[in-house]
Amino acid sequence: MATLEINDLHVTVEADNATKEILRGVDLTVKQGETHAIMGPNGSGKSTLAYSLAGHPKYTVTGGTVTLDGEDVLAMTVDERARAGLFLAMQYPVEVPGVSVSNFLRTSATAIRGEAPKLRTWVKEVREAMERLSMDPAFAERNVNEGFSGGEKKRHEILQLELLKPHIAILDETDSGLDVDALRVVSEGVNRVREGGDVGTLLITHYTRILRYIKPDFVHVFAAGRIAESGGAELADKLEEEGYESYVKGGASA
Amino acid sequence: MADNTPAGSTTDGAITVGQPADARVSAAPSYDVADFPVPHGREEEWRFTPLERLRGLHDGTAEATGGLRVEVTAPDGVTVQTVDRTDPRVGRAGKPVDRVAAQAYSSFEKASVVSIPKEAILTEPVRIAVHGEGGTVYGHQVVEIGAFAEAVVVIEHTGDTTMAANVEYLVGDGAKLTVVSVQDWDDTAVHAAQHTALIGRDATFKSVVVTLGGDLVRLHPRVVYGAPGGEAELYGLYFTDEGQHQEHRLFIDHDTPHCRSNVAYKGALQGQDAHAVWIGDVLIRAAAEGTDTYELNRNLVLTDGARVDSVPNLEIETGEIVGAGHASATGRFDDEQLFYLQSRGMRADDARRLVVRGFFGELVQQIGLADLEERLMAKIDAELEASVG
Repeated sequence: MATLEINDLHVTVEADNATKEILRGVDLTVKQGETHAIMGPNGSGKSTLAYSLAGHPKYTVTGGTVTLDGEDVLAMTVDERARAGLFLAMQYPVEVPGVSVSNFLRTSATAIRGEAPKLRTWVKEVREAMERLSMDPAFAERNVNEGFSGGEKKRHEILQLELLKPHIAILDETDSGLDVDALRVVSEGVNRVREGGDVGTLLITHYTRILRYIKPDFVHVFAAGRIAESGGAELADKLEEEGYESYVKGGASA
Repeated sequence: MADNTPAGSTTDGAITVGQPADARVSAAPSYDVADFPVPHGREEEWRFTPLERLRGLHDGTAEATGGLRVEVTAPDGVTVQTVDRTDPRVGRAGKPVDRVAAQAYSSFEKASVVSIPKEAILTEPVRIAVHGEGGTVYGHQVVEIGAFAEAVVVIEHTGDTTMAANVEYLVGDGAKLTVVSVQDWDDTAVHAAQHTALIGRDATFKSVVVTLGGDLVRLHPRVVYGAPGGEAELYGLYFTDEGQHQEHRLFIDHDTPHCRSNVAYKGALQGQDAHAVWIGDVLIRAAAEGTDTYELNRNLVLTDGARVDSVPNLEIETGEIVGAGHASATGRFDDEQLFYLQSRGMRADDARRLVVRGFFGELVQQIGLADLEERLMAKIDAELEASVG
């Protein structure tokens, strides 16, 4: 049973020759099979949490602990975290010129699984996963994220989620920039992975719209670098009606 | 009509600019070194080259003292000769265009001529293994292929040397010649050479230049068409490491109607003061109606401290052409790409290898020589191993 435990996490970033604290004591536990929505206004630190967990070098952890099944995540390199079962679906995945999607997926799967997938079953596995996400087979021969539309990038991220089968999936604003059709396709992909029951999901979003497709077990409101309020799915309804205003003000006076 | 496109980029923020067409050379081509002034480094054709690392090849002070071991393996029917400079085939493709090439032409003792008879279809490549044994060397090589013959010639350079040379390719009417020149020198070698191809009627010339080693390598591949219908494909691949200067200066002279040329050079750089220079000059003269040309240069900078200068230069004197284009771009393998690939479980070394193999893979496939494909990818892997490890 995979469990991600975040305790009192503090993270800073260097900007304009100054050190700025973005995360100010985050506490959160995500268990296998659970879906946690993290919602909050722009600049509240939601994405910083996602990238800090994945190990992006831009962020410095100044305090707190993160463990995955008791193992110290913060002591791991980026690739070790991924191989331990952590997956981050990125909001703005970068282009990787000269590397085809098909080569990229196979190299990733080989790294994560510890051995190269058998070619015959792998080709079928990828083709079927792409069909489920309504992706053209020709997509596999394009270079990673090169000239992808916003929707294609998100589908490609979710395709990786389906193929790499992580224990903990962090989805950073996967809904941003998607039209309703694309949002439905992407959400269905996430739900297929969730229904497997093996993954704990951390769904980071600014809007409540995606929560109509992906039902969270828990909703956390993120403000000023920490979780300001936690609740069930009903908390999202409250945010839908009232917005983040009360949290932003609260954050400013804190 | 001239199209001087500012292009290229460097990692330290400077941007190179297109050169004026009339400044391409500072002296008229000549066989005689005395017709060229000693370069001072500000001339258009020398401005990227660290002259002090040419060890006197450019100013007349480098005396021929060195040795070169050359082994030619040729299938039956191919003749290999050592000839004097009076041989009519020597110097036929064209004159030297800079002082170092003229120095080589003025200083070589004997030329080597590999001759593939007309209508011969070689099933095995001609292999020329050139091994530098130190010291200064001036060389001259001619590869001649008769009408309607087909051949692959592989020239491999290893060892240590300070060498200036001219290589001539005389491609007969309707012939198909593929030449692979691999510069796999020791990191101490200096190699400056002009490669001139004279392409006959309806002939095809394919050149693959692979530069991996050397302290300084400066190659000047040139294409001249002797009659209409000629086709030239020039591919290049370089991997420039710490401290290396690798310079490729191409010139395609379209002065004959209905000829084609296609250039694709790709380079990767890594390490402090790795410096790659790519100059792609294409001139379409008024008489060259029906010309079709395209040139491309791509660079991948893997680390800080490396520098690329990429200058495509297309000059068109007639509108009656099929097509003419060029592209140049320099990209970085940056921390965000590394993070993305690592976040998918790949170790940093594997991530870098994936990107570099992908980058060169497209070009290697385009070259279309199956056995070379594998050897090239193996060499690229070896370059990566050496640097990563």
